[in-house]
Amino acid sequence: MTITAAQLVLSDGEIFEGEAIGAVPENGITTGEVVFNTALSGYQEILTDPSYAGQIITFTYPHIGNYGVTELDDEASEPHCRGLIVRDLARRPSSWRSRGDLSEFLSAHGMAGIAGIDTRRLTRHIRDAGAMPGAFGTAPTEDLFASARHEPGTDNVDLAGVVSTKEPYLVGDGPRHVVAYDFGIKRSILRHLMPHAKVMVVPASTPAEAVLERKPDGVFLSNGPGDPAAVGYGVDAVRALVGRVPIMGICLGHQLLARALGGETYKLPFGHHGANHPVRRDRDGVVEITSQNHNYAVADGTVPDAEITHRNLNDGVVEGLRVADAQLFSVQYHPEAGPGPHDASYLFDDFVRLMDTGRTH
Amino acid sequence: MPRRTDIESILVLGSGPIVIGQACEFDYSGTQACRVLREEGYRVILANSNPATIMTDPDFAHRTYVEPLDVDVVAAIIDRERPDAVLPTLGGQTALNLAVGLHERGAFTDTGVELIGASIEAIRTAEDRERFKAAMTEIGLAVPASGFAYNLDEAMAVADDIGYPLIVRPSYILGGKGTGIAGDATELRRLAAEGLDASPISEILVERSIAGWKEFELEVMRDRADNCVVVCSIENLDPMGVHTGDSITVAPAQTLSDVEYQRMRDAAFACIRRIGVETGGSNIQFATDPATGEMVVIEMNPRVSRSSALASKATGFPIAKIAARLAVGYTLDEIPNDITGMTPACFEPTIDYVVTKVPRWAFEKLPGATGILGTRMQSVGEAMAIGRTFPESLQKAMRSLELGRYGLNCDPAEKAYDDLDEGELVRRSAVATPDRPFHLEAALRRGISVDRLASATAVDPWFLDQILAIVEERAELERVGFAAMDRASWRRAKRLGFSDAQLAYLWSMDTRTVRAGRETQRVSPTFKTVDTCAAEFDATTPYHYSTFEDESEVRPSDRRKIMILGSGPNRIGQGIEFDYCCVHASFALRDAGFETIMVNCNPETVSTDYDTSDRLYFEPITEEDVLDIIEAEQPEGVIVSLGGQTPLKLAGVLPRGLVLGTSPESIDLAEDRDRWNVLCNRLEIPQPAGGTASTLDEALVITGRIGYPALVRPSYVLGGRAMEIVYNDEDLARAMAELASFGTLGIEGGLSAERPVLVDRFLEDAIEVDVDALRDATGEVLIGGVMEHVEEAGVHSGDSACVIPPPTLSSAVVKVIEGYTRAIADELDVRGLINVQYAVKSGQVFVIEANPRASRTVPFVAKATGVPLAKIAARIMVGATLAELREEGLVRLPATGGHVSVKEAVLPFNRFPDVDTILGPEMRATGEVMGVDVTFGMAFAKSQLAAGNRLPTSGAVFFSLADRDKAAGLAVAARFAELGFDIIATENTAIGLKDLGIPVSEVVAKIGEDGTDAVGLIESGRVQLVVNTPRGRGPRADGRHIRTTANVRNVPCLTTVAAARAAAAGIAELIRRPVEVRSLQEFHAADQLRLDV
Ligand SMILES: Nc1ncnc2c1ncn2[C@@H]1O[C@H](COP(=O)(O)OP(=O)(O)O)[C@@H](O)[C@H]1O
Ligand SMILES: Nc1ncnc2c1ncn2[C@@H]1O[C@H](COP(=O)(O)OP(=O)(O)O)[C@@H](O)[C@H]1O
Ligand SMILES: [Mg+2]
Ligand SMILES: [Mg+2]
Repeated sequence: MTITAAQLVLSDGEIFEGEAIGAVPENGITTGEVVFNTALSGYQEILTDPSYAGQIITFTYPHIGNYGVTELDDEASEPHCRGLIVRDLARRPSSWRSRGDLSEFLSAHGMAGIAGIDTRRLTRHIRDAGAMPGAFGTAPTEDLFASARHEPGTDNVDLAGVVSTKEPYLVGDGPRHVVAYDFGIKRSILRHLMPHAKVMVVPASTPAEAVLERKPDGVFLSNGPGDPAAVGYGVDAVRALVGRVPIMGICLGHQLLARALGGETYKLPFGHHGANHPVRRDRDGVVEITSQNHNYAVADGTVPDAEITHRNLNDGVVEGLRVADAQLFSVQYHPEAGPGPHDASYLFDDFVRLMDTGRTH
Repeated sequence: MPRRTDIESILVLGSGPIVIGQACEFDYSGTQACRVLREEGYRVILANSNPATIMTDPDFAHRTYVEPLDVDVVAAIIDRERPDAVLPTLGGQTALNLAVGLHERGAFTDTGVELIGASIEAIRTAEDRERFKAAMTEIGLAVPASGFAYNLDEAMAVADDIGYPLIVRPSYILGGKGTGIAGDATELRRLAAEGLDASPISEILVERSIAGWKEFELEVMRDRADNCVVVCSIENLDPMGVHTGDSITVAPAQTLSDVEYQRMRDAAFACIRRIGVETGGSNIQFATDPATGEMVVIEMNPRVSRSSALASKATGFPIAKIAARLAVGYTLDEIPNDITGMTPACFEPTIDYVVTKVPRWAFEKLPGATGILGTRMQSVGEAMAIGRTFPESLQKAMRSLELGRYGLNCDPAEKAYDDLDEGELVRRSAVATPDRPFHLEAALRRGISVDRLASATAVDPWFLDQILAIVEERAELERVGFAAMDRASWRRAKRLGFSDAQLAYLWSMDTRTVRAGRETQRVSPTFKTVDTCAAEFDATTPYHYSTFEDESEVRPSDRRKIMILGSGPNRIGQGIEFDYCCVHASFALRDAGFETIMVNCNPETVSTDYDTSDRLYFEPITEEDVLDIIEAEQPEGVIVSLGGQTPLKLAGVLPRGLVLGTSPESIDLAEDRDRWNVLCNRLEIPQPAGGTASTLDEALVITGRIGYPALVRPSYVLGGRAMEIVYNDEDLARAMAELASFGTLGIEGGLSAERPVLVDRFLEDAIEVDVDALRDATGEVLIGGVMEHVEEAGVHSGDSACVIPPPTLSSAVVKVIEGYTRAIADELDVRGLINVQYAVKSGQVFVIEANPRASRTVPFVAKATGVPLAKIAARIMVGATLAELREEGLVRLPATGGHVSVKEAVLPFNRFPDVDTILGPEMRATGEVMGVDVTFGMAFAKSQLAAGNRLPTSGAVFFSLADRDKAAGLAVAARFAELGFDIIATENTAIGLKDLGIPVSEVVAKIGEDGTDAVGLIESGRVQLVVNTPRGRGPRADGRHIRTTANVRNVPCLTTVAAARAAAAGIAELIRRPVEVRSLQEFHAADQLRLDV
């Protein structure tokens, strides 16, 4: 058993002992904003979700890697998060789906991680002190601490621009025509759109006119990483689209839409990252168990003449909005799952209905 | 949707006696239900025949009917109480089947009572395997290929198109009763016959066997608004083919990718919606093909189940409580999550630890049982352990079982596996037995590869690799050695669940040194919290488990704290009765202003419900674990005398002065034969002549002195473990040899100078009497109850029926017994409970044994007399006097005289067709029932009905008596003849009867001779009752064939004359008048009136 001791140091000086796993960065340091995810399964989808750009993911479930990895579960061509923190990395995966084990996957993608951590202590700390920058690795404690303090974090940083595709590309063969803004789009979302439409995925920076020229039946605003306030160009584009074409937004897309409508967004203390968040649909009071991954949210009551369609039952956070006559709606959570429950997949049908009839239901 | 206001009173159906497949998990769920419904302001009426339950405490319901859970009886309760609704989904399979029975009898329509929780239609669709299959296919869910059969030919026909191997699965069963896997036509013929018998509607499913596939369970909840959530996913370590109740199960599922898990979740919701369970919890079982992921549905239980209890304890999500609220109209989003206080119950718990449940079996008590696990559940209890990783929780679970194991091997007992050669190890691992996990560890340690084991056992490689991690760590620890252990190594070892005892064994040193060494390296357990949300929200409920991490979440309060040690996994001899006592102690001390801290590892119980005590530690009850909790909590005292033998064994190792109640010395004195003899002599209390021996020669000397028959029994055991009546030197020699062998008594520690056997003169035809009494510091003694046994001494107290008040004992004898009890209690300076057993032979009273602790009969006495013995005991242990408690009103005069209470034992024989049903000094009952009425006869009849022995009121009784029983037995036969029964008998018995002028309608041949023999007679269905008292021992004796046939044919079979006499009394009553029902509250009130004037 060869174990390389490593440490995690948070920007407030908290220190956690563990061991190095995955790739080895040359300076022995990995930095990022430390967040936690409470999902019990779906680690590969989470690691490859572009929305985690700039972040180090703590898995609260202790055993990670049990069923290995497979391309089928990738949400993007490569992971965008900075690293991962686990209690225990599986030694030997077991699943008929598995094409390799997680530690190979980490090395292959040059991602470093740290294991053996008291992830519950870490989670409780973040819960109380808020998500914060941190650094882990084999480097000396003071170096780690320094890097943690110098890590900018995600506020006012445009991460969407970084992860977005550089060139437009077309997927799907459905009868309709949809333009999808890629602020960090997940494959699960495309999988849900493809049966219904030819989907032209365009860079985050694409201006509204370029989109309208394509005469789409609808525009989709994807999920993505970081602070909506830092994606001004996106907000401008969306503002120019509102009212001229049916729009559906998810996560960052939802926040950008809200800002385009004149609403405000703010940062949550430690965000929502998990697959068990109850959301009530105001229309009929039905509760959906949802997959969530966001640090920022839409401020309640700030979006002029938009109707709030969904709310988080745990903390009341705005989870969905709609402007019927402008033919647009968006949700903060992830109806495409990947990972998580399928309770909200009906929203994609709503989008199709919106494009066809002008009404979601 | 708020609480329903259109219903006011609700009848809650309990689950009856503890039987294999249905244990105290239903006391836990029923208790929660009663509590919630009362809180909601409903009038709660409870029906349950099991006196050992918390839910049958008179203050949990407005009306508590301790009556047989029989359709007619419950119909009578409905007639009398006219409830608005009946709730059948929290009382296990019993309550569910009862509901169907009541429906078919029209009991609901006649009275306009509404069934809440699940509709008849839903119950039928889920429980009737044929309808279930159809329903699943209809919604596009796969099920294994199968066909239905209502007779043998149909079964064989199905086999012809599906092919072997096949599994037989009867409808409306529980615990896999009547199921089995057939490899060929002969096996199928046998299993199909048994299956058709087992199914109340004689319907069986003959299905393609997918043994070896992975088995999963999802616990699902649904409300009236159609909101559905999964509370917990469970993965079985043992593959399909081993009943989930007999499998090691792990939560959450470990080897399902999110894609597969979500598919299963969607299927579960589709299932519960199609079956139509409008509100409440359901348990849905799935199997997947490890090679392709193909998923099939196995079954759905449209009710709270064993797994629901496990899921609740594993996640902190109170399924039963919430199911009850949903049943009265709330929706999930309207119910708060008690644990976080701030979030609603409408969410899916997520956890940050691993939970492992391991069953406990009692094969050592059931000679003749194969000990091989299959689709029929055979375990009698289970332990659950929580750790941050699977290896840690698995090792904790293994030491929680209290089989004398220190963990997953790495202890003296591992030798048994290490002696096997490689091939044999693999062969044994391939067969599911209680030893399988130990075989797996031994095999991996032997260097056998994970892949080879995986293919031999169908246990998932992930689990095997996790066990391998334990194996590798062990090698590392051996290499490093105690002296060189640094903090990191200690931490690694403890994080893989190694107990100090295992390490002490590994390094051959004593545990104290290991503990000291570890602590100097600053490695001590940290306590984490079960909070339903993986720490995302702050938890308000102090429900803890130990692990080895950085941060401990326990903050001891500054209140006066009392710690209560529970009784661990249920087993024969130590079951729910002791949990009842611990829970009562917790309630009583809470009411008295103490903070109560419960320690237990049994997920089925009320004691491990997170709000029973102020704090709950879900931990093994071993020296190491308990000392750690004491360090963390600093209680002012620890109660060890209410949880049975388990906590009592720890009395000696706990810090001096912490043990509350009777001193450890006194406890020992009662067990130490020599000192006990001295005590009895000093008090001039007669005992059966006897002595102690640790060798055969010593034993022979004793029998030479006292003569035969003699009773041989080990010290320090419960439930008459390995106790035997010997009639001659040969018997004695065999018995001694058996005790000496590690085998039978390995668990209790074998035979040695420190643990000698007791050899006593066996008192024949003596009346056995049990007494439960209380004594306080001032020396006042309160006699709680004097119980006269129905069966004579020699039948274990736990297996015999007993009666309050004593029906045949003269008041003089009772006086003597009470006097002796006082004297012994004084002499032992008892502070709390004491149980004394006596044998009364022709008017003379002998003391058999005394136990200065809570006994199995405490709850029964409390229900019979209305005096809460366990609560009083707890208060006495923290210094209160009986006088003070009388002031408070906790101590009342026992309410007896107006009614007779009979406790009857419930035995597991129907699950073990090859086991002889004859009763003896070794206890084998899994549970008990209580019958209450104004006459002994009717009370006894009720107890029999409750226990499942329907006494006939007409027909034929078959007598076959041992010579020494003839005299008494013939008199009973005469009584049956008077009652209008035909008497059938074996030759000698018949002669005896004819001499007395009793008509014998038929004489049967000896087994083997020509003419119909007894077995043929019973199989012909011509007898309604069998009375067969033991002659000679061993399988070859006729008696055994008679009893086992009666058992398999389920014809009631009485094995003692005393029981037959009581049965006659009961039958006389049944003929005379219909069964009437009355609630405990009414019985007690009536007597209190009588006592007050
Ligand atoms: N088709 C099958 N092939 C192999 N084993 C099976 C099959 N169906 C059920 N079993 C096994 O039998 C056990 C008991 O069956 P089940 O229907 O769950 O009975 P119960 O209703 O008593 O739980 C299951 O836990 C499973 O291990
Ligand atoms: N000397 C005796 N004569 C007749 N029966 C006895 C005698 N001693 C014990 N027994 C029977 O054996 C049973 C078990 O003995 P006991 O000491 O109570 O074991 P345990 O402590 O395990 O319950 C008793 O209930 C009683 O029926
Ligand atoms: Mg089952
Ligand atoms: Mg079942």
